[in-house]
This record gives sequence, structure tokens and C-alpha cells, in this order.
Amino acid sequence: MDTIINGIVQAFWMLVHGDPQVLQIALLSLLVSGAATMLSLLIGIPLGTVLGLSHFPGRRFLVSLVNTGMGFPPVVVGLVVSIFLWRSGPLGMLHLMYTPWAMVIAQLIISLPVVTGFTLAATQQLDPKLRLQILALGASQVQLVWLLLKEARLPLLAAIMAGFGAVISEVGASMMVGGNIVGQTRVMTTAIVAENSKGDFAYAIALSVILMALVYLVNFILTMVQQRSKTR
Amino acid sequence: MNQKQLSAEPIIEAEGLSVSYGTQTVLDVPSLQVYPNEVLVIIGPNGSGKTTLLLCLTHLIKPATGTVSYRGVTVANNTAVLKLHRRLAAVFQEPLLLSSSVWDNVTLGLRLRKVPRGEIKARTEKWLERFGIRALARRQAKTLSSGEAKRASLARAFVLQPEVLFLDEPFTALDSPTRQALLEDFLSVLRETKVTTVMVTHDRNEALALADRVIVLIDGRIKQTGTPEDVFGSPIDEEVASFVEAGNIMHGVVSSQSGGLALVDVSERHLEVVSDLTAGTKVTIFLHHEDITLLLPLLQTTPSSARNRLTGKVVRVFPIGSQMKVTLDCGFPLVAVITRRSWEELGLRVGETLIASFKASSIHLIPRV
Repeated sequence: MDTIINGIVQAFWMLVHGDPQVLQIALLSLLVSGAATMLSLLIGIPLGTVLGLSHFPGRRFLVSLVNTGMGFPPVVVGLVVSIFLWRSGPLGMLHLMYTPWAMVIAQLIISLPVVTGFTLAATQQLDPKLRLQILALGASQVQLVWLLLKEARLPLLAAIMAGFGAVISEVGASMMVGGNIVGQTRVMTTAIVAENSKGDFAYAIALSVILMALVYLVNFILTMVQQRSKTR
Repeated sequence: MNQKQLSAEPIIEAEGLSVSYGTQTVLDVPSLQVYPNEVLVIIGPNGSGKTTLLLCLTHLIKPATGTVSYRGVTVANNTAVLKLHRRLAAVFQEPLLLSSSVWDNVTLGLRLRKVPRGEIKARTEKWLERFGIRALARRQAKTLSSGEAKRASLARAFVLQPEVLFLDEPFTALDSPTRQALLEDFLSVLRETKVTTVMVTHDRNEALALADRVIVLIDGRIKQTGTPEDVFGSPIDEEVASFVEAGNIMHGVVSSQSGGLALVDVSERHLEVVSDLTAGTKVTIFLHHEDITLLLPLLQTTPSSARNRLTGKVVRVFPIGSQMKVTLDCGFPLVAVITRRSWEELGLRVGETLIASFKASSIHLIPRV
């Protein structure tokens, strides 16, 4: 019990004093997971929209792949990305292994199915007749997709939250492709694992508290946006 | 349809339209025209292909075969379809409003057409006012009642000042008082704007109230085209008659003919009918519920110009609004619709014997092949 209280107190001190090492770790976590989420939105929203609104042969198979991808174990993703980025691997010449970029790639692979799956569900639950109504009002294809995405904005914000939540909290892939190198690839989750294995529980708890506060802050902002657009 | 419309060039001309799902043909319309300023009502039972036909006419779905041209021009590609949609308006059974304010919804079509802002404001205010929802402009569309939402969707269509207005069962999902109020408003707007209108419905009362011309669509095929009086008064065959609920439908044989008055035998009863059909012709007989007068037997001897009098026992009574639907057993079932007040004043009861009286000219005969 003392350990937990010590940890919370320590977390408070580190935040108040602006512990440079903790700030650096927190910032890298936000940057890596933020970039991975952004990229997965850029790819996943169009992909999910196409899967949700169109009909073509093989569509169901792709949907089943996306749904499976939503439950991919991060460790497996880390392993596959490692194999590709390893010096002797197919993409070894890029020298990305143990860099933040490797972590972004791994996290992108984790969050992409989540964002795609949520987008698919969001666009699929729209009334199919709404498409006809919007077209009948004189919308071009581009305007149609824009209006439909706007209509599905509440579940789409849930897609962002779920995608970000999946990567900010994962540890397996980041550990494997990033290597938890201090000052270079150490993020919140890998730091917690490292401190825990060193036996510095108070520091680990302090980092956990900060990580949870970070996740809460991001989701709080997104929730505000979501709920405001609901009442607007 | 009046002479002016007949002579005018059609706005819409469809040719050889067909739509199939798998091996089943759901629509087969060789030819259909929509004329300027007419209200064309397409009626038919559920699943008869009405909505499919409407979607083909609006180029919202592509038929398997056939063309739909506007003012003589065929709509060739996607750009042409988009341009066409910006000349039309469509209202569906569900209001299909987007989740934003009523104002945003009603102005959407105008914004897509890049209409100047001042004009958007003026037109939108006018039509919100016209449909009695001006006060709801700032409200979220999702918080509207079904009647208010329908008004918003109608305003969204009229604000576009379309060349042709398409409506797919627009009043179906509404409860009766809401529907009646909206129907009246809508009718006065139609009269005022004289917009060319194509409406799909399964409700014959809506067709009677609104239509200049009626098309009966059954199983994807046009069965009959004509004025509402034509279609409801003289259905072309039994299928149409049973759909338009023309009234009593019976089978009989013409037993004699003298000077335009045919005697028709039905289940050992005889009806006098104004008709030139010759003796021996097998016929289907139509008689509107409303054209039958019910008399108490004691008044049987009262002289009347109505040529037909059938005695029958009341077997069933069913109230419809302010009216009563009375079924008599005259050797065959005969349904008459009378007002509730008549029913009460005559003190009628199930099991009672009555006289059904109707004129020889209110019966419509169709020869059977």
C-alpha cells in the first residue's frame, strides 16, 4: 500500500517539478502514438468508408480480415515488424530498427484495423436511403462521402479514441522494435516495464499515473468534441 | 388530363425500362411520359415496383435496360446525372434528415447548388413559413416529431424550386390527423406552385385528392393509365379493381339485353345494368360501396328511380371513421358504406334484413375472357 501511495506522491512531484526525463518520455509517447493514430486515420477512414458503403466481390473477406486485425496481439505485430526491419531483413537497408519510426510503423499496424473497423461500422449503420436522398439533393460523389462521414461523426470520433487508446497503451511492439533505449526510444509503457523489472515500483507507479492522466486528457478532449457535436 | 397537357411535349420520357433482381423482373415499363405541370400518381400494392420505377425516373438507380430522357435529352454520364439532380427534388417515405439543424437541412440542396447566400436565406424563410416550421429553424432535426420532420423534408424539396418533384409515399408513416393536416397544406402548395409532380403511393385517397393522372403499377407492369375517375370508376380488370378497392366485385352473366339495359344474373339474383353487352357475355361486376343505399323492408314499396333492389341480411358491421361498412348476405356478399348517423338513426343491427338499392348506371361491367 505504501508503495502505491509513494508512487502517486512521486508522480505528483515529477509533474510539478517538470522532471526532464519524464517529460521527454511522455512527449515521445505522445508523438509516436499520435503519429501512428494520424496515419491510421488517413488510411483507415477512407478504407473503412469504402468497405462500409460499397459492394464488391471479396468485400466480406476483407471485412473479416479487418475484424481479425482489431484483435491482433501487439507482440505478434512487433515480431513481424522486427523481422522486416532487422538488418538482414527485407527492409533492413532503411536502418529503421530501434528508432521511433519503427515504433510508429508497428503502432500504425495495430491501430489501422481498429480505425478501419470502427469507420466501417459507423458508415454501415447509416440508413442506405440517406445516400439516395443526398444524391437526389444534388451532391457529387465527393460531397456525398463528406456528408456521410459528417453524419457518422460521433462513431468516427470513437474510432479515433479507440485507435489512439490501442497504441498509447501497448508495450509489446514498442519494446521489440524500439528497444526501450533511454533518450531515444523509451516511451511510457516500456519505461514502466523497465522500472518494474528493476524493482523500482514507486517510479513505475508514478509513470503509470502519468500515462493514465495523459490518456484521460486526450480522451477528455475528444469526448468534449464528440458530445458538443451531438448537441449542436 | 386536359387538352393543353396532351399537346405539350413531355418533360420526362421513359422507354423500355426494365429492372431485374437475379432472374426476377421487378420492373417492365415499355413507355411512360410525364407532362409539364401535371401531378402524376403511380399507385400499386407493396412490392409492385413503384419505388424502383421512381428511382429509375430520377436516375438514382440504373435500369437493366431502357432510357429516361428529360426534355428530349438523354442523360448520358455521371456529370449529366449530377446536373439533372440539381434540377429535381425528391422526398422519400422517411424524412431522411441529417443530424444538424432544421435550417442546415433545408438549405443543403441550395448550398450544393451554390445559390447565393441572400437568396438561400429568402427562399428558406419562405418555405419554412409555408410549411409552418419557421419557429423550428434552429432546432436539431433529430428532435422533431415525425410530422415536423416530414414538413422539413418537404420544405427542403420545395426550396429548390425543382422542375420536377418526386415523392415516394411521403405521407405513409404519419398518424391520421398529422397526415390530414399535412396533406391539405401540401395540396395547396401544389396548386400554387403548379410544379410537375410524380408521386408514388399505395393510398387511393391520396391519389384521388392529388392526381391529374394515375398510373396503376402491379407486378412491375403498368396496368392502367388515366384520370382518377377513369381508374377508380372503370378499372380495366379485376386485378386493378381489387387493388383500387373499387367496391364490390362479382361475377355474372348477361341474360338479356334491351335498349342499352342489360339484365345480369348473379347467384340467382338479377341486376339491371346500363350496358350494351349482349346476352350470354360473362362479366365481372363492379359496384362502389358508396353507391348503395340501404332501406328498411317496410319502405320497400316506396317508388324509386333506382332500378336494383336486393334483399339481404346484415352479417357484419365495421366502423371506418365516421362511416360504417355494412356487409349484407344477398346470396353473395355485398358491402355498402353508410354514415354512422344513418346506421344509428335507422337503428340497424346485425342479423336484420335490409334492402340494398342502387342505380343501373352505378354498376360497371367488364367482359371476361
